[in-house]
Amino acid sequence: MTQAKKPIKGKAFVLGKNIDTDQIIPAAHLVYSLEDPEERKFYGKYALSGVPAAESGLPKGNIPLTREGMTESEFAIIVASDNFGCGSSREHAPAALEIAGIKAIISPSYARIFYRNSVDGGFLIPFESVEDLSSRINTGDELEIDQENHLLKNLSQNTEYPIKPLGSVADIVHAGGIFEYARQNGMVPKRKPVTE
Amino acid sequence: MGMTLTEKILANHSGRDRVSPGDNVWVDVDVLMTHDVCGPPAIGIFKHQFGEDARVWDKEKLVIIPDHYIFTTDKYANRNVDILRAFAADQDLPYFYDVGTDSYKGVCHVALPEEGFTRPGEVLFGTDSHTCTAGAFGQFATGIGNTDAAFIMGTGKLWVKVPETMRFVFEGKKLPPYLMAKDIILQIIGDIGTDGATYRAMEFAGPGIKAFTMEDRMTLTNMAIEAGGKNGVVEPDEITEEYVRSRTNHPYTKVYSDPDAKYYSEHYYNIEEMVPMVAKPHSPDNKATVEEVEGTWLNRAYIGSCTGGKLSDFKAAAEILHGNKVKLDTYIVPATTEIARGLETETHFGIPLIEIFREAGCSIGNASCAACLGGPADTFGRLNSDEVCISSTNRNYPGRMGSKQAQVYLASPYSVAASAVTGVITDPRVFIQETVI
Repeated sequence: MTQAKKPIKGKAFVLGKNIDTDQIIPAAHLVYSLEDPEERKFYGKYALSGVPAAESGLPKGNIPLTREGMTESEFAIIVASDNFGCGSSREHAPAALEIAGIKAIISPSYARIFYRNSVDGGFLIPFESVEDLSSRINTGDELEIDQENHLLKNLSQNTEYPIKPLGSVADIVHAGGIFEYARQNGMVPKRKPVTE
Repeated sequence: MGMTLTEKILANHSGRDRVSPGDNVWVDVDVLMTHDVCGPPAIGIFKHQFGEDARVWDKEKLVIIPDHYIFTTDKYANRNVDILRAFAADQDLPYFYDVGTDSYKGVCHVALPEEGFTRPGEVLFGTDSHTCTAGAFGQFATGIGNTDAAFIMGTGKLWVKVPETMRFVFEGKKLPPYLMAKDIILQIIGDIGTDGATYRAMEFAGPGIKAFTMEDRMTLTNMAIEAGGKNGVVEPDEITEEYVRSRTNHPYTKVYSDPDAKYYSEHYYNIEEMVPMVAKPHSPDNKATVEEVEGTWLNRAYIGSCTGGKLSDFKAAAEILHGNKVKLDTYIVPATTEIARGLETETHFGIPLIEIFREAGCSIGNASCAACLGGPADTFGRLNSDEVCISSTNRNYPGRMGSKQAQVYLASPYSVAASAVTGVITDPRVFIQETVI
């Protein structure tokens, strides 16, 4: 689950525009269980494996999100151009990125179902940047997202850029997802303790 | 100030007199649909959140239609259908269309109307982005994820941000004989881009809409998601009523846009002047007229999916394939089992459509999503290498139909069939002689 309001730090992984859900997690891999602790690791292994190699990890390209033989990535923050997450409604897309270790995305715009799934499922935080930063940030740059001041800091280049406040979804993001939000507001009963 | 059709439905379902774009409202859900890819994780979340013994909010309103990975030996895919089967039995669900039984349907977005679940004025959510197809019936219908579906399973409610509406007004009386709804929606997506309708409703209207059959309208609303739209919608009329009444006795209330409703934008198209279109690799908005790309080398043709695998799509293809042989590997996949039966009973010049396809040399698959979204390696028609395919499906992002080395041109069934016969991208007007001016 995403942490409320704390700074989010990590290495950048940079992508272009219209990264659709088939590129985020190719359909052939949607068969794995998201609940089974071992099986779900496949999602981390294959996250972003549908992106054509030359466009994966810009500006150089040919950088996979998750290294060969690994199930977690060394990168924590995706920086992308417009319309991130377009295409299908598969929640496996934000889930796969979370399983790979992605904490947040910075893009000027998102496809709405991906955005909604990211927020309602509490997988990661989709921040909207004011400008397209995909050509200014390099894959591997050390980033810090300052949620209090709505800034993206590039520690490697010593630059900073404004990001938009979360707006109407902030309460759900900070609750950690739609279920936690609904429980806080009495719409869903408190979870019963699990009995073995 | 009046409201649009979409705003009215959301107001009706959230207990409000009116809503405005940007409002966040909790709506009561009339139908929730899920399938074999997203159903199992949604069920997992439902049990985790509401308890192993929890019951769904209303078993009459939950529809489960396995359709994605059906005819495969993939053990995980088959395991997922088993999870649906166990859940349907445990919850005693009346609307589960199980694989390997007479009730098996195939592609959910075509099965939903066939089974009477697409009713004017209602709210339908589905764990699939092409759930927007059902807007053709004057329903508010949109795609959601597993978590939202699990939330609905337990509560019967979901929050929705009321979208602004873009209105697409069709002028003209009838579609030219070589033109299909697919050409029109490819033109629109090409004009506004894959994010041209993000967070918005796309309402298809105007006098020309009367020229569209229910299946034509479904092709329009189906691809609203390819422009980023939240939903696509058409006002119900006698064409809608005739279809819905032939499928269900369930009561419903028709809803219309007010004459003084406020639209984000209006876009005008004269359907009599439009031409066959394609979306070139690798994006649905990469538009060209078929004429502009005529002669492009191909080695695969595919007719199927929720977008282009309906009975009218196959009738169109049969018009061109009749008496011809295909020069490409050509795959025919009916969306549903009802359509598959239709291929045997519908005729063109007295010959069943299926005979025309067999004679032409096509391969015919079982009703399912099949290669539209790639799927497991043994999926019928999947692009496994560097194929160049012309397809009546809905997406052509890298790797969508299988291999990311493949290239996909999206087109109407007329254009796919014409190209299958010649072996290169071909304007259907070459075959539909009477219309050549």
